[in-house]
Amino acid sequence: MSVDFGYRTAPLRLPWFSARLNVRLLVVSGVLFTLATGLALVSLPLGDFPLTLQEVLAALTGGGKRFHRTIVLEWRLPISLAALVFGALLGIGGAIFQSLTRNPLGSPDVIGFDAGAYTAVVITILVLGPGAWSVSTAALVGGIATAFVVYLLAYRGGVQGFRLIIVGIAVSWMLGSVNAYLITRAKIEDAMTVGFWNAGTITRVAWPTMVPALAVAAVIVLAAVLLAPALRRLELGDDSAVTLGTRPGPARLGLIVAGVATVAVVTAAAGPIAFVALAAPQLARRLTRSPGVSLLASAGMGAVLLTGSHLLSLLIAQAYRPVPVGLITVCLGGCYLIGLLIRETRGRYGALT
Amino acid sequence: MKPQARLVAQDATIGYDRRTISQNLSVAIPDGSFTAIIGPNGCGKSTLLRALARVLTPTAGQVLLDGKAIHTYKAKEVARQLGLLPQTSLAPEGIRVADLIARGRAPYQNLFQQWRSSDEAAVAAALEATRLTELSGQLVDELSGGQRQRVWVAMLLAQDTPVMLLDEPTTFLDIAHQYELMELLRTFHDEGKTVVTVLHDLNQAARYADHLIVMRGGEIVTTGAPDDVIDAELVENVFGLKALVTPDPVTGTPSVIPLDPRAVAVRPVEPSVPASLESPR
Repeated sequence: MSVDFGYRTAPLRLPWFSARLNVRLLVVSGVLFTLATGLALVSLPLGDFPLTLQEVLAALTGGGKRFHRTIVLEWRLPISLAALVFGALLGIGGAIFQSLTRNPLGSPDVIGFDAGAYTAVVITILVLGPGAWSVSTAALVGGIATAFVVYLLAYRGGVQGFRLIIVGIAVSWMLGSVNAYLITRAKIEDAMTVGFWNAGTITRVAWPTMVPALAVAAVIVLAAVLLAPALRRLELGDDSAVTLGTRPGPARLGLIVAGVATVAVVTAAAGPIAFVALAAPQLARRLTRSPGVSLLASAGMGAVLLTGSHLLSLLIAQAYRPVPVGLITVCLGGCYLIGLLIRETRGRYGALT
Repeated sequence: MKPQARLVAQDATIGYDRRTISQNLSVAIPDGSFTAIIGPNGCGKSTLLRALARVLTPTAGQVLLDGKAIHTYKAKEVARQLGLLPQTSLAPEGIRVADLIARGRAPYQNLFQQWRSSDEAAVAAALEATRLTELSGQLVDELSGGQRQRVWVAMLLAQDTPVMLLDEPTTFLDIAHQYELMELLRTFHDEGKTVVTVLHDLNQAARYADHLIVMRGGEIVTTGAPDDVIDAELVENVFGLKALVTPDPVTGTPSVIPLDPRAVAVRPVEPSVPASLESPR
């Protein structure tokens, strides 16, 4: 007896594995990942030393000139890979937080990670001075500490999405005032260093930073796969989640940790890259028409957004001057929010409620 | 002889945060019964139900399932024994009927077995029983209130538990849909399930339930069969309402008719035929 789900599904039944595959979701996700990979490849020939696509392909397969191989394999490949992987991670983080907070404006930023990381970087560069510890470490410690504080402040016999958002916004703004104060007292060179970090750029990524980031990314993806069923049950409300055999407290904490970890990895390596986490899940949902947000499609959409922004920043660099990818995602994010507001005022889907 | 009871609250103190609703509450849900929990607003009906469903953990005492404290079981183990329809449930945006009902299968699924043929069969059966097969591909948001409540009940049914707990399932439904839902619960009961539901309507409770738990101020006033429990004294005592309790003309179960506080005297109990209708011949 087969059930009509209202969309195309394909049951998969093996002796050790069974699942119901959402055909449209899988096709859309596949297209998104293919597109992101394509964008990452297309960005490889671009840069201060332009190469042809043939030269890049030769270098990738181990041939070509030695200098070309260095450029492609040592310099540009980790950056393109970062765009792909970081984008996917941010998509996953955004999907987790939007699902937990039941709010399309939820993203790991709401728990104050970015603001906390920035404050730690500002204090490191402006107050402690260089050499105290690395900027990446500062960003990680500051971000995680802030997320922890926000979680504790929002905790009242459990954590509700809405309270998390409000506390996160409050703490972020308070940290913002600290940052602004410190910068007004800083030397101009130091203030510029801080400003560059806050713009968010993946061009300083190299293999030594990329390898540990990839390892952590693999762990996060594994955690997301394991926690995805609990996330779907939490969508129904805590009472239903309990009834269906989930412990909401531990499940939600695990998901928050996984979500914060996505931004932590990205911010430590590249500085804050805004709006990918915010926009990817909702854009993916429009394409997949799946209920709630899908981690897989959000990851694919995040990868497309960041590889696309990276390519755009390289093209702008060729035509004009380098623009950090973080600024491009902010611009795209602004357009996305305007789009969301226009939809909202048309009053069809209550996206902002 | 006392009936068997798998689900029991034993000296349970339950409440929210630091606000205690019920203290040292002991109650048993007879196996295979259709139990209705009734009482005025804020008397702790839902709190008791939520404690029985282990959504709330008692601060003292315990809830037992088959003689063992319910929170010592694995979460999924309990989820295969009892299911709860909460007062308010949240449907993810853009979800379709069959998808939502399929979520009731979570206690039987794991990382590797996410959709066995038994899952599909249970969803198909739940759709059939709630007459939703035709609507299975529809968006839940686009259904009427009565249909939507049937979807949630179907999700509970798909969970396939011997004990079903429902928190005011009829509250937001019009009268026809209320009775439709009660009839649906009756069929589950006929199939051998233990049905426990919080109800506001005493007449419905008396008509459908075979066991009542009457509560007031966090305490259990009395329990028993509707015929033995519901009378004018109890209604006044528990709800503070002067009422006439008379056999329901259709089913013969107790039916509660509030008296008119402005009337000078209680009208005669015997149904009297208006003089104008008395046959002249």
